Amino acid sequence: MNLTTEEKAMLNGDLGEPLRWAIDHQVKVGTAFDAIDMVPVSQSHMMVDPESVGEAGVAFLENLANQGARVRIPMITDPRGVDLSYYGPLGQTEQMADLDRRTIAACERMGILMTDTCINYQTIMPPVFGDHVAFGDTGVVIYSNSVCGARSNFEGGPSALAAGLTGRTPRYGLHLDRHRKATRRFSINEMPETLTDWGVLGATIGKLSGSYWEVPVIEGITTAPTSDKLKHMGAAMASFGSTPLFHLTGVTPEAGSIACVGGEKLAIETITPYDLLKTRSNYGSPGDPVDVVVFAAPQLSLIEMSDLAALCVNKNFTVPVIVCTSPQVYPDATRMKLVSTMEEAGAKVLQGTCFYNQYAREIGEANGWTHLLSNSAKIVNILGGYGYKPALASMEHCIDSAVAGEII
Amino acid sequence: MTTFKCHVGIGPTVTGEALVADDNFSARYDLDRKKGLFSRPQHKLYGKSYKDKILVLNTAKGGVATAWMLYEMKSRAIVPRAILFNQANTILMQGAALADLTMCDQFVDGDITTLISTGQQLEVNPVKGIVTLLQN
Repeated sequence: MNLTTEEKAMLNGDLGEPLRWAIDHQVKVGTAFDAIDMVPVSQSHMMVDPESVGEAGVAFLENLANQGARVRIPMITDPRGVDLSYYGPLGQTEQMADLDRRTIAACERMGILMTDTCINYQTIMPPVFGDHVAFGDTGVVIYSNSVCGARSNFEGGPSALAAGLTGRTPRYGLHLDRHRKATRRFSINEMPETLTDWGVLGATIGKLSGSYWEVPVIEGITTAPTSDKLKHMGAAMASFGSTPLFHLTGVTPEAGSIACVGGEKLAIETITPYDLLKTRSNYGSPGDPVDVVVFAAPQLSLIEMSDLAALCVNKNFTVPVIVCTSPQVYPDATRMKLVSTMEEAGAKVLQGTCFYNQYAREIGEANGWTHLLSNSAKIVNILGGYGYKPALASMEHCIDSAVAGEII
Repeated sequence: MTTFKCHVGIGPTVTGEALVADDNFSARYDLDRKKGLFSRPQHKLYGKSYKDKILVLNTAKGGVATAWMLYEMKSRAIVPRAILFNQANTILMQGAALADLTMCDQFVDGDITTLISTGQQLEVNPVKGIVTLLQN
């Protein structure tokens, strides 16, 4: 890779061990992807939940902090694994909480802003068109690339941290024009309605695309979807397909027309109602038992919180209902009595976490939860590997099922 | 000996036994990392141990967590010895870089999941981008 004088000094250790580690990591990754040089980034966003990081990763972070590591650009964090104001009742242990506390302390010493959110594009500082960023969380990356027109690869925690420390990232993948052109062309004849319907569309296209290096362009979206709808579609597409970018002709900023994204010669693959039904049919049926209902993945926006609270009025849940939102949304939702409305019906609202990275296997075992119902296509995809039998339904049907104790 | 050329990868040269499937990979989605088993029922390696194996798979899937998880798995020595993909994604290569885990992709001879069989002994040299079958 071509390195600047400053980057060579970093690699040589002249600017300290943390920067030597960071640029060395970036050179290794950049070499594997044929990056020619580094590109400056304006922000970094790190996934650093303790279940993923583990004892070894936390010790790694503490070691960097002890060596004086300090981020050079605004750097924020993805959801935590423990809501430190509510973890015992979930079956989470002091050991889990302590690991989370140590992670927070190490990150804060490095100057990282503990935003604990996967919806930073709705609540913190959305990237702008052409903005090179280093974002973790696949849902954040696909939304930022596709809807904002920013440029980011999936940056895992270590790479996001390296970018925060050096202020740059290897220029490969989605930072390059050639990897942003459409490679698959899909068409829909019917607009999805609910957030879950958008998630199912994203899941279906993600499964068909099936690789980080495929870029789907979708035709047939007749009106601009809301941010929450695109959030659910993108999160599901990224989860099912490892897809980091999509285009919607006439909607997303790089796809004013099919030709703008180089898709005019691609064969059209029509997504039929049967295709969507097939995706959905893997996740539960009416009459199936429900042990727990979860609204998360991504964290709920204020608008979703409002919609959910409206559905909770005069309801009395017979199974646990868990709602995950961001620490930025939570105070507003509290002030507007959305949290109290949900909790009066029997739900629990958590802030700064997301269910699937909250030691999902352990809390499932501690509470005897197997049959999990959610309106998130992303979360039902993830939790199969954690010992759950996940089911999918719209927000309304999830609420009615939480009252009935079975999928209605 | 048969050799397969691939892109320059990450990590040290290693030898080991292949565990092969025409399927994709995520440490978060597919593994019981405490037991060292594939735990996702739909995965073609469901129930199999991945400890010390050279995994040969199609591509990566899902999210970013694997980048930390490979390092954590290696710290407990319940980790694959190497992973070969037809095509890796960014997260897997980043995780390999942190963990110093051997990883290669982009084989010029074709679909690597059909060229190597479970149980075969391999040597993976990521610096040269060469995988050698130690026995046929």
